Amino acid sequence: MLRIVVCVKAVPDPKEAGRIRIDPVSRALVRADLPLVLNPLDKNAMEAALELKEQFDAHLSVLSMGPPPAESVVTECLALGADQGYLLSDRALAGADAYATAYTLAKGIEKIGPADLVLCGRASSDGSTEWVGPELATLLDIPIVTMVKEIVECTGEWWKVKASLDNGYRVVRVKLPAVLTVTRELNIPRTLSFSGIIQARRKQITQWGIDDLDVPEEAVGLKGSPTIVSEMTTRESKRDVEMISGTREEMAERLIQELADAGFLSSS
Amino acid sequence: MSGIWVWVELSDGKAAPVSVEALGAGRALADELGTELSALVFGQGVEEAAEAAIHHGADQVYACDDATLADCRSEPHAALVSQLAAEHEPIAILAGATASGRDVLALAAVDLEAGLIPDCTGLAVEDGAIRATRPVYAGKLMSNVYADGDTMLASLRSRAFPAPEADAARSGEVINIQPAMAAGDISVEVLGLEASAGEVSLADAGIIVSGGRGVAGPEGFEPVRKLASTLGAALGASRAAVDAGWIPYARQVGQTGKTVSPDLYVAAGISGAIQHLAGMRTSKVIVAINKDPEAPIFKLAQYGIVADLFKMVPALTAELKKRL
Repeated sequence: MLRIVVCVKAVPDPKEAGRIRIDPVSRALVRADLPLVLNPLDKNAMEAALELKEQFDAHLSVLSMGPPPAESVVTECLALGADQGYLLSDRALAGADAYATAYTLAKGIEKIGPADLVLCGRASSDGSTEWVGPELATLLDIPIVTMVKEIVECTGEWWKVKASLDNGYRVVRVKLPAVLTVTRELNIPRTLSFSGIIQARRKQITQWGIDDLDVPEEAVGLKGSPTIVSEMTTRESKRDVEMISGTREEMAERLIQELADAGFLSSS
Repeated sequence: MSGIWVWVELSDGKAAPVSVEALGAGRALADELGTELSALVFGQGVEEAAEAAIHHGADQVYACDDATLADCRSEPHAALVSQLAAEHEPIAILAGATASGRDVLALAAVDLEAGLIPDCTGLAVEDGAIRATRPVYAGKLMSNVYADGDTMLASLRSRAFPAPEADAARSGEVINIQPAMAAGDISVEVLGLEASAGEVSLADAGIIVSGGRGVAGPEGFEPVRKLASTLGAALGASRAAVDAGWIPYARQVGQTGKTVSPDLYVAAGISGAIQHLAGMRTSKVIVAINKDPEAPIFKLAQYGIVADLFKMVPALTAELKKRL
């Protein structure tokens, strides 16, 4: 039996990212009113796991770390077809950076039991460090392949995958157990089915806090995070747009002249 | 603790452009902190790249020439970075925020229990500590981050830092070292490499011309592609165009695609969804061409033209050709 763990994150709805603002007094991020959704790339990780489950005798666990409302994304994964759901939730886990997140997830995976394959989205839409996957693999002491865009061979101990690079991709063999982070190219995630939603109601979500994970408070959350965010500033993205008008030829001439003056055409 | 380090990513025996930029950024930090800049040059056949790293600002190079390091696999590279860093305790280790750079730093950070700062667009010294700036929340906010701990690790966004000129008169020491992992202990094997040859890489491009939903089909990219090639630019696309199957995902600029900061970004038929803006917000000059005067892209653009891209884009190409 292939044991798969998919790590997922509840993120503020990326479609609503325009509403994120900073409280002018406390300088804290105001996003409490933003709905939490399943991180888009985690849907691709889920889809890959579900396809493997259809192909093989596999057991699929879904694992998330977050505040209690993050339970909704675990439920969504159960409705998609995961066998078991786990939510790591504890006040002490708040404020975790990529390292503390990977550490906590690694503890969760160890408690769930040995996994042959851990799947994660390449990045989250809010933090987008792309570091949780590789850090998790190192903490579990298993190999990592990031940005997997195709699973070519998935039998035996060594799997063959295509992993994206900045300008192209490479074909790699990786020895299981391993962590793979996935890109959008990997698949097209299925949508929720009504029967799945009904079935998910019968599945229990296991919630673990730091005592269940047997981790010290200093090792997790903000205290366990080696990076310190000192401040957030709103980006001054307000530019003065210069609208160019006139006949098509006039507009083309004007714009190209502006670009030439700015030195963009010097090489041509 | 002393020294600023830069992990240099090699492709075909040469440093990636972002690694050269990282050497420049590292040089500036080292000067301000009064310390040395070391380059980590690992691969197969590294002599030339080691020399080039010195010309680009390194005081010394840790060079490791070994077949296991040839294809930038993160495990053997990170093992060597951590081993060296544990021994010498540098103040910071920088790398380009490429696929390989991110992985190598992430693996090394766990070994070193070090703070890791991704995708920096700015680095400064403040009260003797390094402050890194990075965009978060789709680039809407800038976060200033300090590392708490011994060695700080940071990946740098392509084109966010100026590339230093090579100075052939510079000299430095090349220290040859042994790999940290044996070939048989590495659980990832690279079987082949497929590079999108012949086209300008998005991350390294000085100019990008992108098409979006407005191009209305795969053939609609033709005028956009022509303008790009006339400008010597890389071709980009919005998620809408990629999702519609008009252009491969590799061309996608945005939150779920590539993050770019070219000098000039021309958006044709792109409305400017937040997830697209997240990937190109840091472009120095943005030109927007869109039929809809209310399109959000105009809020970010420096130059805006309200027009049909199928008429306007060829007109721009024609105007450019007049000047060539």
